[in-house]
Amino acid sequence: MWNSLKRLKPGWGIVPVLVFLALWEIIARLNLTPGQFSFPPFSTVMVEFYNLAASGVLGDNFFASLTRVLIGFCAGSIAGLVVGTAMGWMEKLDKALHPIVSLLYPIPALGWLPLLMLWIGINEMLPITIIFICSFFPVLYNTVTGIKNVDKDYIRVARTLGASDIKILTTVVMPLALPNIFTGFRLEAGMAWRVIIAAEMVAIPTGIGALMMKAESLIRIDIIIVCLIVLAVMCLSFEKIFEFLENKMTARWR
Amino acid sequence: MPSIKLEKICKYICRDVELEISDRELLVLLGPSGAGKTTLLNIIAGLTDYEGSVLFDRQRVDKLPASKREVGYLFQDLFLFPHLDVSANIAYGLKAQKSSHDGIKERVAELLQLMKIDHLAERYPRKLSGGEKQRVALARALALSPRVLLLDEPLSSLDTQTAKYLRTELKQLQRKLGITTIYVTHDLAEAEEMADRIAVIQEGQLQQVGKPEEVFFYPINEAVSDFIGAPNILHCDRCQSLGQGVMEASCGTMNIILPDDGSPVRRIALFPRDIYVSEVRPPGPEVNRYQGVITAIKPLGDGVRLEVRVGEHKLLAELPHHIFEDMDLSVGKEVFLILKLRRIKVY
Repeated sequence: MWNSLKRLKPGWGIVPVLVFLALWEIIARLNLTPGQFSFPPFSTVMVEFYNLAASGVLGDNFFASLTRVLIGFCAGSIAGLVVGTAMGWMEKLDKALHPIVSLLYPIPALGWLPLLMLWIGINEMLPITIIFICSFFPVLYNTVTGIKNVDKDYIRVARTLGASDIKILTTVVMPLALPNIFTGFRLEAGMAWRVIIAAEMVAIPTGIGALMMKAESLIRIDIIIVCLIVLAVMCLSFEKIFEFLENKMTARWR
Repeated sequence: MPSIKLEKICKYICRDVELEISDRELLVLLGPSGAGKTTLLNIIAGLTDYEGSVLFDRQRVDKLPASKREVGYLFQDLFLFPHLDVSANIAYGLKAQKSSHDGIKERVAELLQLMKIDHLAERYPRKLSGGEKQRVALARALALSPRVLLLDEPLSSLDTQTAKYLRTELKQLQRKLGITTIYVTHDLAEAEEMADRIAVIQEGQLQQVGKPEEVFFYPINEAVSDFIGAPNILHCDRCQSLGQGVMEASCGTMNIILPDDGSPVRRIALFPRDIYVSEVRPPGPEVNRYQGVITAIKPLGDGVRLEVRVGEHKLLAELPHHIFEDMDLSVGKEVFLILKLRRIKVY
């Protein structure tokens, strides 16, 4: 009984969403809100979704955003992972870099935008760099924390078993730090989407964010909502991908 | 397997520790927590820097890092790698030393069998019981056929039954492998059962090193005596079998009835906590019951210790606080002492 309920669970999550969409449709159709253009029903939004997709506008902008997120996120994460590992493992390096990282980490990624607009100019490198910064620091921070949190006694055990430092790092410390590292990835995977939209709204002429700003100037609320839906789905799926990977890699032993 | 020698070891609380352990010997390092036992193990394993010298088979190993000392170390909290299954935990050292794939497989199978944990090969540590973890950790420590085995309170986290069982096994295993072993514990009974020799350590100082009976019957100073429970040691002048499995030992003015196992008794250890104190003459036969006068009363952490003069002997007896408070005891008062027959230790 319990087992069958549990298996149903993911499916049941869709019910509140359907209720929400139905209410949305009804309220919009009943003209309960002032002014017709301000609140299009769900069906209208879906039709617009189809139109945008069919014309290729949505696809072009979506892939522009996706490419930026993927490149920036991968580069930032790898850099964060490498520097974080080095800092977590080498105490001296940590002592040297920690004050700098502590100062830079709290700056919101978008805070860099004006500076980068002047340094880099308005081109593809701008959003990628923003995403890089947005991913780099949290991944770095979580990697350092993860590595430092590994009980030193595991390292001592490995030493008595004849393992070299590099072997200990790769076979004991990194695997045990994975849960922490993945927390960093997961948080940043969603965050990257939030940041790219904001950056595109302010400074870049293409991408989902830019599409939203154009829709705003044309008072196309339906298009704005389409973009928001795309954004919600992408944030969620990126986070879920990392949740899945984390489970895959650590659930066996945790 | 090598002998081990420590020369003028200094680190933290440890001051000028000198200790020699023979080949194939099982030495128990006995002392209260904070005495420096684990520190000494870490020094021998090379996990910490120190002053002084460690010698394996008369060769100085001070310059060797932990990974080159060929020491098997069982940590108190085991620290099985949680992300590796039992086989991989055992194989860890072999892989680190780049043994061949087949060699590793063979050795792991051998150890699984030796420790009787074949059925656990693919489990992860979080799914193991305390005793099973212990076996895996020991197998891992033995995998590289170390020259020296260091065991840090290996059984302290287990329930009494499992600990007892594993203790026997551990001792047999040590004999079978003939591996020079240092076993750290704060438990007297464990020390007595396991040790070829016991080294009593307190506040970083080695107090006494000797066979268990030497430590129990000839404690070298008050510190050792106190630690092993401040036994009253009586010298026997003569002993005489009374038949029916009992004998009578004469120790000065006291006659003591003991279980008779056929061998003569030279010394008797009476532990203060195994002596009952009564204000009135106890009922029953006048056997192992003595009249005496309290000469001193000293409060201890978990009870009260009385010094009672019985004839020419001064015996120590201990009472729990609540019992002491129910009695009306003071210096100069007459009391009766009763010995618990089965708790008398002889040598």
